[in-house]
Amino acid sequence: MARLEDIALVVRSKNTSPFTYSLDIMFRAARDYEDFKSRGLIDRALVAELYGIDQEKVLDIIFFDPALAIKICLPREISSGAPGDRDVYGAQQHAPLLLWNFPHASD
Amino acid sequence: MARFTILSPTAILGYGFPESSFQRGLAHNPDLIAVDAGSADPGPYYLGVGKSFTDRSAVRRDLSLILSAAVSRGIPVVIGSAGGAGASPHLQWTVDIVKELADELGLSFRLGIVAADVARHTLLEGLQQQRVKALTSVPPLTADTLNETGAMVAQMGVEPIQQALKAGCEVVVAGRAYDPAVFAALPMLEGYDAGLALHLGKILECAAIAASPGSGADCALGILEKDRFILQPLSDSRSFTPTSVAAHTLYEKSDPYILPGPGGHLDLRNVSFEDIGDGRVAVSGSSFVPSRDYTLKIEGARRVGYRSIAIAGIRDPIMIASISEILDQVRSRVNELHPAGSQQGSLHFHVYGKDGVMGNQEPLRNAPSHELGIVIDAVCPDPQSADTLCSLTRSTLLHFGYEGRIATAGNLAFPFSPSDLRAGEVYEFSVYHLLQTDALTLFPLSVVEI
Repeated sequence: MARLEDIALVVRSKNTSPFTYSLDIMFRAARDYEDFKSRGLIDRALVAELYGIDQEKVLDIIFFDPALAIKICLPREISSGAPGDRDVYGAQQHAPLLLWNFPHASD
Repeated sequence: MARFTILSPTAILGYGFPESSFQRGLAHNPDLIAVDAGSADPGPYYLGVGKSFTDRSAVRRDLSLILSAAVSRGIPVVIGSAGGAGASPHLQWTVDIVKELADELGLSFRLGIVAADVARHTLLEGLQQQRVKALTSVPPLTADTLNETGAMVAQMGVEPIQQALKAGCEVVVAGRAYDPAVFAALPMLEGYDAGLALHLGKILECAAIAASPGSGADCALGILEKDRFILQPLSDSRSFTPTSVAAHTLYEKSDPYILPGPGGHLDLRNVSFEDIGDGRVAVSGSSFVPSRDYTLKIEGARRVGYRSIAIAGIRDPIMIASISEILDQVRSRVNELHPAGSQQGSLHFHVYGKDGVMGNQEPLRNAPSHELGIVIDAVCPDPQSADTLCSLTRSTLLHFGYEGRIATAGNLAFPFSPSDLRAGEVYEFSVYHLLQTDALTLFPLSVVEI
């Protein structure tokens, strides 16, 4: 098993609007990116499980080859800065990705 | 070969930049100095209340360097999303600084001021004529919501800025603008490709953030050619790489291939990034696809109340073990003590060390902590009610006799006296919708000789 910090250059979250945010994973090596892409390791079921939400809530999962990146788009529970919000910039919502143990290609 | 050179001093006006980088940029004889001054990132408060999220003296410092260099060399300056949120108080705030500096530095120029405020009746009309569309995860717009909304702005495209430039304005201060428009308006007017100009603008609006190492407080240079653009760093410590530029294309966007904006979208599916040496990257293949209907993004904020907060720490392991139940019981007790405040207002507990950042989505919310930080967050229709709700919650929690309690002197460690603080007005984004309209009507231009 491995963790994303072992193979990722960037793992981050950020608002894409006051009502949505995205999780970006950028890989260091094309090999790992292609491996993730071909094995379909990151899908709606995984995101739903990691974030404790329904699969239908996952807005989109996009593979972006030029940056060896996977982008996961999610809705915000509470819009940015409204009462009850906890993260105005949406910049600290990525930790569940870093805690995730995935089967490495060599496992 | 035709080239159009753009100097982007900093990611946000007021974030600063090294003078050495700026001088290096000037040595390339830029055809334009453009800077984005705003963002919706800091939340709805700044739009709602009419204040800038940047500091006046920092904005003044950046503008002083930009204006004195540009005006003496005859380089046009375009500033977009003035004052952060780009509504009329923010625009006026920026124009005041510009006039003050012109006076002090003895500069004279033709100033174009482009407002971006949207009147309520404009959207009510749009609503009736079904020209309003909610963006992703945004509730549909209603007349009630509009009636509760104060400040509203539209993100302008290149056209209103081009109108100011065509009127001979040497310095343009624009209200809320689509970030790339500030950079793309002039080169597009001169016949450069819209797709390349807007894509370059998309990168330059963050100045050196797209370089490696990235920085929002350093300059970057963009050179637009007929069928590509080049990004060039202006500091020896940074370089642009195909990866750093491609990565930036992802940033804050929901889809890295299709980027919607005023009047159409940027299609980046065929873009290529090429390392051309000396820390420079050439980008080609970006295209702009105009839409059938011209739409603008409208942002609006409504005031939802006033906030009072109290900050405290909890170290007692017995209390920490059942903190969720304790907070639920305190909430019920406060409801009994102060039904009016609880009904009209809202009470939130931000429990750091447990789930303060992620709430229900926190996978480790039941993991043991030895210490918790708690923010009592009361939002009510008026400041006095917020004070009351916050104070009652704080005193109830402080002395609450929870199950198993043996520390009978007090449940909270306050870092400050007073423990309760007024945090002012609270806003929320009530409008975040597309309005089908035209490119120019909402953005009146005024021209002032300075």
